[in-house]
Amino acid sequence: MSDYICNACGQHNKEGTTICSSCGKPLDHEQSTKLLNMRYDGTAIRSKTRNRSIVDKVWNFFSSIKVGVTLIAIALIASAIGTIYPQEMYIPATVEPLEHYRDQYGISGQIYYQLGFHELYSSWWYMLIIGMIGISIFIVSLDRGIPLYKALKYQKVKRHQKFLTRQKLFREYENVSNQDKKTFVQNLKKRRYRIREDNGHILAEKGRFSRWGPYVNHTGLIIFLIGTLLRFLPFMHVDDMLWVREGETAVIPHTNQEYYLENNNFTVEFYGESEEDAKYEESLENVNQPIPKHFQTDAVIYRDTSMVTGADPELKKVKKGKIVLNEPMSINGLTLYQNSYQLNEFQSMSFNLHKKDDQSEESIGSFTVDLTEPKKRYTFDNGFEILLDEYFPEYEIVDGEPESVSNYPRNPGFVFLVYPPDSEEPEVSFLSIGRNIDPTNENQYKLSLADFEVRNVTGLSVKKDYTLPIVGLGAIIFMIGVVQGMYWHHRRIWIHPDDNRLLVAAHTNKNWFGLRKEFEKSIDHTNFSMIVDQEEEKEDNQ
Amino acid sequence: MIDVATLSNTLLYSAFIIYLIGTVFFAATIKDKQKRENVGFVHKLAIFTTVIGLLAHVGYFVTRWIASGNAPVGNLFEFVTFFGMMLVFAFLILFSIYRIYLLGLFTLPIALLLIAYASMFQTEISPLLPSLQSHWLYIHVTTVGLGQAILAISFIAGLIYLIREIDQTIPTKKTKWLEVIMYTIFATVGFVVITSGFEAANYNATFTYEENGEELSLDYHLPAIFGPQDAELVTENRMDAWLDTPTWIQGAEAPRKLNTLVWSLIIGFALYVLVRLIVRKRIAAVIQPLLKKANSELIDEVCYRAVAIGFPVFTLGGLIFASIWAQQAWDRYWGWDPKEVWALITFFFYAIFLHLRLSRGWHGEKSAWLAVIGFGIIMFNLIVVNLVLAGLHSYA
Ligand code: HEM
Repeated sequence: MSDYICNACGQHNKEGTTICSSCGKPLDHEQSTKLLNMRYDGTAIRSKTRNRSIVDKVWNFFSSIKVGVTLIAIALIASAIGTIYPQEMYIPATVEPLEHYRDQYGISGQIYYQLGFHELYSSWWYMLIIGMIGISIFIVSLDRGIPLYKALKYQKVKRHQKFLTRQKLFREYENVSNQDKKTFVQNLKKRRYRIREDNGHILAEKGRFSRWGPYVNHTGLIIFLIGTLLRFLPFMHVDDMLWVREGETAVIPHTNQEYYLENNNFTVEFYGESEEDAKYEESLENVNQPIPKHFQTDAVIYRDTSMVTGADPELKKVKKGKIVLNEPMSINGLTLYQNSYQLNEFQSMSFNLHKKDDQSEESIGSFTVDLTEPKKRYTFDNGFEILLDEYFPEYEIVDGEPESVSNYPRNPGFVFLVYPPDSEEPEVSFLSIGRNIDPTNENQYKLSLADFEVRNVTGLSVKKDYTLPIVGLGAIIFMIGVVQGMYWHHRRIWIHPDDNRLLVAAHTNKNWFGLRKEFEKSIDHTNFSMIVDQEEEKEDNQ
Repeated sequence: MIDVATLSNTLLYSAFIIYLIGTVFFAATIKDKQKRENVGFVHKLAIFTTVIGLLAHVGYFVTRWIASGNAPVGNLFEFVTFFGMMLVFAFLILFSIYRIYLLGLFTLPIALLLIAYASMFQTEISPLLPSLQSHWLYIHVTTVGLGQAILAISFIAGLIYLIREIDQTIPTKKTKWLEVIMYTIFATVGFVVITSGFEAANYNATFTYEENGEELSLDYHLPAIFGPQDAELVTENRMDAWLDTPTWIQGAEAPRKLNTLVWSLIIGFALYVLVRLIVRKRIAAVIQPLLKKANSELIDEVCYRAVAIGFPVFTLGGLIFASIWAQQAWDRYWGWDPKEVWALITFFFYAIFLHLRLSRGWHGEKSAWLAVIGFGIIMFNLIVVNLVLAGLHSYA
C-alpha cells in the first residue's frame, strides 16, 4: 500500500495508481524520463489491480481490449462465412434445403448445410458471440469510465513538475515576460479553452466532453443490442400478412376487428410502357424479362363504429390513399407495407352445359361460379340441376390424389355432378384449366368453360415492432457518441511557473497535429517558441 | 434529353483528363527543389487542377441525374464513378487539414483507375426497381460512398507509409506483400486494357450450352479461356474455350466473369513483369526514394485520422440509413443479405482498427497494414459482392 502514498504531497492513492491523483507526481519511483502513459490519467483501473476472486477474473476477461477485439474479430469472420452461400431464407421455399445446397454447390454446399451455416446469423453461437461483445462493452465501460470521470473531475490545476516534464509536448521557457504569458492565455481563451488558475499555475482545457464519446457510443450499442434481443419476445412485434382482392374489404389483423381495408385497385407497371421510359431503351434491350416499375394498392381504411361485439360492423371511412413499395401506410400503430401481389387471380368462371356429341355446343344451361364463395347448387328452368361436389382453389395432383395446395383460386379444379331432369343418378365431370375429364366415359352431357374473370390480389404485410424505438434510440446514441469522440478532442495545456522559468506541457487524447498547430497559433505575438515533441526528439537522437 | 446525357459523358471524360494532368503536377511537386514548408507555384497548380477536375466530375453527376431523373448511383458504373468523385473530395478534406501533397499524387491515379474501371461496365442509363425508388436510397448510397472514400484515404496514407518505411534492401515477407498490393493495381490496369482493347475490336463470341434441359447462350467479349460447361462455340472464326469453368462457380454469367478475371490477372501480370524487367527493382523500391521528404509520423496520423473521420460517416450511411431504407422498402431493418453483412464486416473491421490504435504497439506500420486490409474489404464489398455473391443490392 505504501507504494501508493505520494511522497510529494502525502496523498493516499488507490492501489494501481500511476500518477498521484492530487498533485500529479508520477508514482513509478523511477528516476525515469520516460513519457507518461496518460490513458485514464494514471488512475487505478479495477481490471489492472484486482485479480483474486472469480468475479475479478471474469471482470478482467471482459474488460480486456485484447479480448474485446478478439470477440469482434470472431464475429467478423463468422459473418463473412455466412455470405459464402446464400442463407436459407434466400433459397426457394419450395425445395428441400439439404438437396438445394448439395445440388447447387456440391460437396462444400452440403458441408456448409450440415455445419448449420445456412442459418448462421440465428445460430446460438453467433448470438453468443454478439452477447459476449455486449457484456464486454458493458464491463469495460464501468471499468475505465468511472475512474476516468473521477480523474478529470477532480484534477487540480497545479501539477507536479515531473508531470509536466514527462509529457510528450513539453518545453521550458526562461525569457518570457508576464505579458507574454497573459497574451498566450488570452489567445487560448479565444480558442475556447477553459482557463483555470491557481497561484500562477494555469490549466487550459477544452473538449473534455469528447472523452465521454466512447462511453456514450458503447451505451448506444448496449441499448441497440437489448432492442434486438427484445425482438425475440413474441409480444414485442406483430408480423402478419393481409391478402385483399380487388374490390374486397378485409379486416386488418391485430386491430381487434376494428379496422378494415378495402382494395380499390391494384396496379403493376413495367418499364417501357410509357414514353418517359425512352431513355432506358438501350438498357431494356439488354435484359429479356420485363422490369417492374411500380406496384400500388389503392386502399381505403374503414373503422368499425358499431361498438357492440358481434353486431354487424358499421364501417366508417377513416383514410384513403395508396400503398406503394417504399411508401407504407400507417393505421392505429400498425404499418402496412406493399409486400407481394398475385396478378390475374380467377374471380369467377362461367360454364356451359351441352350435349356431349353436339358439335355446335348449343347451351342447355349456363352458370357462373363465384370462386370466392362458390354456390353449391345451380338449377335451371329446364329441370337440369348441377351440384358443385368438390372445389379445389389451387388444384394439384399430390400422390395421385387431387388436392388444393392453397385457398387461393390460382388454378381452380371442380368436380361437378350433373343431374339431368328426372334423373337420380348424376353424371360426374371433372374440370380444371386445360382439362375436362369424364371419369366413366359414359356421360351424355358435357360442361365447358365459357368465360372467366380475373382480378389482382395485393399482399400487404402488417407490421408493428415495439423494439424499433429502442433499436433506433440505441443507433442515435451510438452515432452521437462516435461523433462526440471522433470529431472533438480533449486538449490540455499546463503552465507551471518555477522561479523565473515557465514550464509548459500539452496533452491531447488524439490528433497531436491539431494540438501543435493550435499551440503555434496561440503563441503568436509572444516570445514563446514552439513547444517540443519529446518523442520525436528522442527518435532524432537515436 | 439525349443532349444532357452526352454532355454528362463529356464531363466525365474531361474530369478524367484533368485528373491525369493533375497527377503530373502532383508528381512535379516531389521534384520541386523547395523545402517541405514552402509551397511553390506547382503545388498550387496541382490543387487547382484537382478542384477543377472535381467540378467537372460533379458536373457529370448532376447532368446525369437530370438526364435519368434518378440519382446516378443505381448501377455499378454509376456507383464506382461516384466513389471516385467522393475519393477526390475526401482527399481535399484531408488535404485541407494536413496539407500533404503526396496524398494527391496517390489519390488521383486511383480515382483515374476507378473511372476507367467503371466505364468497362454497362454505362447506359438503367431503370430503377420499385424497391430502389426511395429518397433513402440516395441518402444511403451517397453517405456510404463518402464514408468509404474517406476510409480509402486511410489506405492511401497507409500505402505511402509502407512504401516509405519498409526496408527494400532485402527481400522479406513485407516486401512481397507490398508487391502484391502493387500487382493488384497492375491487374486493374490489365482489366481496363484488355476490356477496352477487345471492345474497340468489337469482339464477340457466342457459346451455347444446356442447363436443366434448356438451351442457353452466353456472349463473350474476350477470347474464352474459360467457357461455360460443355459449351459449343457458335460464332465463326473465334477462339474456342480452352477450359471449362469449374462447376462450383455458380451463376448464369459466372463463366464470363471468371474469364474476364483471369484475363485481367494475366495481362496485369505481364505488365508487372515487363515493368520490373525494365526497372530491375521492386515496384515499391522504385517509388520509395520519391517519398523521402514525407513525414512518416504525420502520414501515420492521417492514416488514423481518416478512419476517425470516415468511420462515423460510414456507419451512418452504411448501417443506419441503410436500415431505415430497408425498413421502408422491405418492412425489416436488417435482412442479412450479403451486401449488408459486408457493410457490417467493414464496421467491425474499423472498430477493431480503432481499438487496436488505443494501444501503443499498433501505431505506424501495423495500422498501415490494417488500413490496406480495410480498403480490401471495401473493394470486396463494392465489386466482388456485387458481381459474385448476388443479393438484393446486386446492380449489374
Ligand atoms: C462492435 C463493437 C464496438 C464498437 C463499434 C466500439 C466503438 C468504439 C469507438 C468508436 C471507440 C472510440 C475509439 C477512439 O476514440 O479512437 C471505442 C473506444 C473504446 N472501446 Fe469500443 N466499441 C466496440 C466494442 C468494444 C468492446 C467489446 C470493448 C471491450 C474491451 C471495447 C472497449 C473500448 C475501450 C476501452 C475504448 C476506449 C475508451 C476510452 O478511450 O476512454 N469496445 N469503442
